[in-house]
Amino acid sequence: MDSQFEPKILAFVCNWCTYAGADLTGTSRIKYATNVRIVRFPCTGRIDYNLLLRAFAQGADGIIVSGCHPNDCHYTSGNFHARRRWMVFRQMMEYMGIDMRRVKFSWVSAAEGAKWAEVVNSAVADVRELGPSKAFQAMAREVA
Amino acid sequence: MSRIGVFICHCGENISATVDCEKVAKTVAGVPGVAHSVDYKYMCSDPGQNLIRQAIKEKELTGVVVAACSPRMHEPTFRRTCAESGLNPFLCEMANLREHCSWVHAKGDATTKKAADLVSMMVEKVKRNKPLFPIKVPVTKTALVIGGGIAGIQAALDIANAGQKVIMVEHDPSIGGHMSQLSETFPTLDCSQCILTPRMVEIAQHQNITLYTYAEVESLTGFIGNFTARIRKKAKSIDEKACTGCGECATACPIKKIPSEFNARLGLRSAIYIPFPQAVPNKPVIDRTRCSYFKTGKCKFCQTKCPANAIHFDQQDELIDIEVGSVVVATGFNIKETSFFPEYGYGKYKDVLTGLQFERLLSASGPTLGEPRRPSDGTVPKKIVFIACAGSRDPAKGIEYCSKICCMYTAKHAMLYKHKVHDGDAYVFYMDIRAGGKGYDEFVRRAIEEDQVNYIRGRVSRVYERGEKLIVRGADTLLGAQPVEIEADMVVLATAGIANDGAEELAQKLHVSYDAHHFFSEAHPKLRPVETNTAGIFLAGACQAPKDIPDSVGQASAAASKVLGLFSADELTREPLIAVVNRSAPPVFSTCVGCFTCQTACPYNAIEREEIKTRDGMLIKTVAKVNSGLCQGCGTCVAFCRSKSIDLQGYSNEQVYAEVMEVLA
Amino acid sequence: MKIGLYPGCSFEGSSREYAESLRAIAPALGVELEEVEGWNCCGASSAHSLDHTLSLALPAKILAQAEAQKMEELAVPCAACFNRLASTRTELAADSSVRATVAGMINMPYAGTTAVRNILEVLNRVLTPDAGKSLPKSFPHKVACYYGCLLVRPKSVVHHERMEDPMEMDDLMKRIGATPIDWAMKTECCGASFSITRTDIVGRLGGRILEDAAARGAEAIIVACPMCHSNLDMRRKEIERVVGKKFNIPVLYVTQAIGIALGIEPKALGLQRHFVAVALEGKNKVPQNAPARRSAAVS
Repeated sequence: MDSQFEPKILAFVCNWCTYAGADLTGTSRIKYATNVRIVRFPCTGRIDYNLLLRAFAQGADGIIVSGCHPNDCHYTSGNFHARRRWMVFRQMMEYMGIDMRRVKFSWVSAAEGAKWAEVVNSAVADVRELGPSKAFQAMAREVA
Repeated sequence: MSRIGVFICHCGENISATVDCEKVAKTVAGVPGVAHSVDYKYMCSDPGQNLIRQAIKEKELTGVVVAACSPRMHEPTFRRTCAESGLNPFLCEMANLREHCSWVHAKGDATTKKAADLVSMMVEKVKRNKPLFPIKVPVTKTALVIGGGIAGIQAALDIANAGQKVIMVEHDPSIGGHMSQLSETFPTLDCSQCILTPRMVEIAQHQNITLYTYAEVESLTGFIGNFTARIRKKAKSIDEKACTGCGECATACPIKKIPSEFNARLGLRSAIYIPFPQAVPNKPVIDRTRCSYFKTGKCKFCQTKCPANAIHFDQQDELIDIEVGSVVVATGFNIKETSFFPEYGYGKYKDVLTGLQFERLLSASGPTLGEPRRPSDGTVPKKIVFIACAGSRDPAKGIEYCSKICCMYTAKHAMLYKHKVHDGDAYVFYMDIRAGGKGYDEFVRRAIEEDQVNYIRGRVSRVYERGEKLIVRGADTLLGAQPVEIEADMVVLATAGIANDGAEELAQKLHVSYDAHHFFSEAHPKLRPVETNTAGIFLAGACQAPKDIPDSVGQASAAASKVLGLFSADELTREPLIAVVNRSAPPVFSTCVGCFTCQTACPYNAIEREEIKTRDGMLIKTVAKVNSGLCQGCGTCVAFCRSKSIDLQGYSNEQVYAEVMEVLA
Repeated sequence: MKIGLYPGCSFEGSSREYAESLRAIAPALGVELEEVEGWNCCGASSAHSLDHTLSLALPAKILAQAEAQKMEELAVPCAACFNRLASTRTELAADSSVRATVAGMINMPYAGTTAVRNILEVLNRVLTPDAGKSLPKSFPHKVACYYGCLLVRPKSVVHHERMEDPMEMDDLMKRIGATPIDWAMKTECCGASFSITRTDIVGRLGGRILEDAAARGAEAIIVACPMCHSNLDMRRKEIERVVGKKFNIPVLYVTQAIGIALGIEPKALGLQRHFVAVALEGKNKVPQNAPARRSAAVS
């Protein structure tokens, strides 16, 4: 694999758990890879999976979706909807040619600073091995 | 035409040590729409905020991005700054360059590039921000206090004495909590009941307080200022108004051998019982799981004996709905039984007790009327070994945290034992002595110097029986890990303090965060110790973490002050980051087709049906409408909507897509 | 069930009777033992006191061989071997660079897929409470189950939930009709390899174990480790010298006790090899504090 390749990873996270957990990673000064850019949402329930498709089409190499643990959603059920959507959408994304190893779905609570660093580092390591994401882009370009 | 102002903070060195802030400011200056891009050492300081105020005026900014710490830290600060300068506060966003960038990466180009990306993402978002205005909601000036221990009692009295209404819900048949089980309290050796019971009575008699005991919170819905709670008042089988508290029923009850919860299972109670003599309310309750009548249909002796006709076996649970403006959670703690330390023999040997059980032995209202006696043969123990840290500070088998109160209560137990048994010997096996409060260290010294309690620094490896005695084998590390064997009559374990039963369920009902040990999470460990992440719900006492009485009372008063602050205004302003269904001119009116999938997604029932009619009242179409008082802004409906007719203010599709497109450009 | 077997050095030597009794009871319990081919010494205590990497390589070679033979699980009757193999497996699983070094040293692929099981785990699986009800005979004696150290510690390797008061052997003994006593020395050290270098320490520590067992009326001590056995049995004279008292409590391997309950001939279980006579039944039963007899008659 190309050792110079630095994957572009987007993270769609919820404000109450994972965003706060990532804040805790910072407060604890735990280091992780620089490849991730966090986009803040009030809840993972807000995440429309079309956004993931658009992100891949625009050149994202990997995506992390992370929220509160089941039963702990600040809005009660947003993360359940996100999970259900994920179960259905992942099959569709796979069918469209996206390698599902590029998408990580996780629960990181506000107290799990160390876990966030692990999630990011393992996502970056996995996507780096897979190389730059190309398949879906070609398709998107065909349509456009 | 966008004119965005970008302000990159150094945060002293916190950001600038790894991020080249100057470079970021220069890079972002080149983004179309950015009219002003500077870096400064401390944006949150007065001069820092002035930079924003000046730039808004001089450069006629249409939006502001402050690239600094986490928005969870200072978003309100900078939004206020903008508001003061006439720029709608919701046109101000923060880029997290500290917690999410400078603190987690090493110095280098990649880190600076990431910082620049994060800022330009927020610039693209802010270009699409719309001015928003706070929503006003009324505040119900009643507080719900869950838990009637010392913390709940303090909070309730503070709120009630300030003239506001309180509803207290206590799970046990009486209020008082663990403090009512104590004999004397450190560091003053005050009689616990003597200082507690006057307050318990005040709660019962206060005109502003409604007390429900033997009751639980079944559900909590709503939001700050406007909660609805459903309380389940469990059936005591007693008409509390008719009952005089004479106690004839308990005397008459034939089922007398039930281990008493109040006496930590060292004493017995009957199936119909008043938990302890100073109980408030001083009325009995029937334990339906043990009562003969409820199990076999026979007996009813208590009803026969009752002179007030107050016993009603057919009484049902009562569900009561209440409207409250805020909640104080004060549900207290429990102790961890030490069966996971089988080498101490708890549960195997009758004379190995927990600290709470020993407390009951010392208590004048306890099973031995205050005389320390061995449960096995009733004799007075002449040698007691106290084992500190029996379950705490042990990542391998027990609980990794310190339970905070044990060093002090162990010293207290040893002292009280010596006061009662002058020729007795007390030994304490300890790891460290944590006595940091006011008068605490002096208290422990008193135990050692005046009451001759023997403190041995070392752990106990095993407790076993030899004949009538308990052999305690430990080590004395101050003598170079010398093995020590003590032939004791009784062993008392300072067990770990853990979250109360049902804490996880309650937290989920209230939507309050909790940690791995099921203690409720404070919003910030140092600066917001009594608030939770759920607006309007506050914490007091040991439900948040193990703590002693002075700290519990202090925290309770702090929670009460938060509640009183909330109640000081008639209206509460809510953040307008809620969902909105689009509306437009006729003949479209809205792209919403009225499928109401959004309604099924909403956890708050905030989506209503709106009928759009002609002037003559003919129905044109039914569309969804968001109730701005109920919507909490999660956005689940937005992801559900197939026609993209509903959007979330502050996190609209346009804004979010712009962020994503920008960072991948 | 079929399970791999790592015999270890003592099995063929000083604790032959452990091997004999295990091989005798295995068919009756439905256990088929497949030995690891060309197995080497696990290093026991000498390897890890001298060179850490060597102490990992020796067990790793055994595990790699077991993997090559497609063994999912490996039964390790000796508690010391068990602890070495389990520790090695844990350490290699956690550190990939050490794993690579060791794989190089042993010149074999190592994936860590073979699970390591001690004798109590294996016996508990096949001698269930139900199986215990249909045994041809029983072992109706008061026994002190002695676990020693290596079966239950350290927590990070063995993952034992009750390491200060384990119950697996006690449960097994109940199932064969024995009465395990509650005693204080279950997991107290016997002196381990001081058996060779400082026998007086074994005398003192072993003495405490025997005194407690005797005081509580145990008729036999049950062990699951060759080291425990030799310290409490072979070193009996030394113990008696240091303590100044005689003890005649026999020490049986858990497999021998089960063998007796299965009705297997004492000779087939190697009971005659013990230093302290195993005299548990009828008229040959020896009073508690009589001097221990050397080998000879077993009843």
